[in-house]
Amino acid sequence: MSPIVALTLFVIAVFLGVELITKVPPTLHTPLMSGSNAISGITLVGALVSSGTEYSTLTTILAVVAVALATTNVVGGFLVTNRMLAMFRPKTPSKREGGDS
Amino acid sequence: MSSDDVIGIGYLVAAALFILGLKGLGKPRTAVRGNQLGALGMFVAVLVTLLDRDIVSYWQLAIGMAIGAAVGVLLALRVEMTSMPQLVALFNGFGGLASVLVGAASFFEAVGRGNDDLQVSLAAALTAWIGAVTFTGSLIAFTKLQEVWDGLPIPAARIVNITLSVAALGLAIAVVAQPDQRLWFWLLVAVAAVSGVTLTSPIGGADMPVVIALLNSFSGLAAAAAGFVLDNALLIIAGALVGASGLILTAIMTKAMNRTLIDVLFGDGPASGGGLDADEVYAGKVTSTSADEVAMLLDTAERVVIVPGYGLAVAQAQHAVRDLTKALEANGSEVVFGIHPVAGRMPGHMNVLLAEAEISYDALVEMDMVNPTFEQTDVAIVLGANDVVNPVAREPDGPIAGMPILDVDNARVVVVIKRSLSPGFAGIPNPLFAADNAMMLFGDGKAAVVEITKALAEV
Repeated sequence: MSPIVALTLFVIAVFLGVELITKVPPTLHTPLMSGSNAISGITLVGALVSSGTEYSTLTTILAVVAVALATTNVVGGFLVTNRMLAMFRPKTPSKREGGDS
Repeated sequence: MSSDDVIGIGYLVAAALFILGLKGLGKPRTAVRGNQLGALGMFVAVLVTLLDRDIVSYWQLAIGMAIGAAVGVLLALRVEMTSMPQLVALFNGFGGLASVLVGAASFFEAVGRGNDDLQVSLAAALTAWIGAVTFTGSLIAFTKLQEVWDGLPIPAARIVNITLSVAALGLAIAVVAQPDQRLWFWLLVAVAAVSGVTLTSPIGGADMPVVIALLNSFSGLAAAAAGFVLDNALLIIAGALVGASGLILTAIMTKAMNRTLIDVLFGDGPASGGGLDADEVYAGKVTSTSADEVAMLLDTAERVVIVPGYGLAVAQAQHAVRDLTKALEANGSEVVFGIHPVAGRMPGHMNVLLAEAEISYDALVEMDMVNPTFEQTDVAIVLGANDVVNPVAREPDGPIAGMPILDVDNARVVVVIKRSLSPGFAGIPNPLFAADNAMMLFGDGKAAVVEITKALAEV
């Protein structure tokens, strides 16, 4: 990937992120933060590659620690978000909307 | 199809799932699904990554993931909802440190293999800088919120922070200029780690929601920067999405407190005092009331608005408030909650606390929606909130001038449940307490609410 392509992806994703988040109601700000925090654990993917290549002892150790930290972030983040969201309920659950929640 | 193609398509699917997941998290009815889509995206991403042909050994991956998963599950299942801000701060810190380490490992490997392009070294420097600030900044936020340590006292914080930032910039340039000198990289990590501490230490309790949102953004940006080092599109996209969402939340929070980001990070904290003298404001004008009297008012009230603050969570009064709400509704009153954007310790924290007490999100009304309705409100109950209902904010040059507030004083009667007349975070007296239509019910929040509920049943 050329640096320009990488930068393009980054900038477009920033715009997309802004669009997606701007309209989120305050009620969901905390779950949104913990959920997006879990997504930022994507650095796990990089950690996996770096630790698996066994390039040198140092890079392997650094990357394995990174795998553990990032996995904590990912697993804990999605799980706690799920726990929080499970508590949110509407006042009168109607049949029409009940099906998919 | 080569394994690279499979990985590429897997990453595309994962990126799409992250976007759909964030979109889903934006509406109460789709939020659970959104979170699941995000988790599915992460699962796909990890699965296809394991196909990478550069990975020659799997056992260490298994160990790292097993430890991480165990810790994550333990923390996520055991945390109390009142401690959610600390947990998010801690996870942010983990993400930040993970990005630093990934950046380091892949940078050293890239340079060792002869690739010291500007993209790689510049991105590595940025990863080290942002990631290390995120790590130590989040840890300080954690210890502050957990109330175990309030951070270092930093004299002349602004000068220290600027000096450290300049030093970090110099080291970042050194990393780019001499990519094979690992010392520059580690020095940059060290300086950035120190500046994470000095940036967060002076920030006070009221500004915590802003800091958490900002660190959330940083953890995403650190992941994106690591993506540039690794030349990995998924890290770049996912990191940018999170970075942007954190920035939006930061902007919402600073606006809700009428501060700027610069004020929060480099300022001297909210001005205190502001010429208002507590004795003058309150002298002879404060009306104190009893639970019985409040119950009688509530008995005939058609519309009641409850304004909760973090004090409600401190008093563990959520369930007591739920019981009072049920009793009022059974009595024919309409009850809603007026939620200020910075009620609680992180954006939306109060909503989670009330949701835990089985209060429906339909009853939680945001500030802009609830304010015009106070004139038709018979009783407003302020519970554990102070600055966010202080009418001084409406005056053009007071210490909290311009901060958006909940206009509870427009209600027919305002009942303020509070231990004493002590000021809130802003450190200023609240003329609301002395208003003609306001009554103070002094005492512990939970005990007071329980007493009112009991008295209501006897009216």
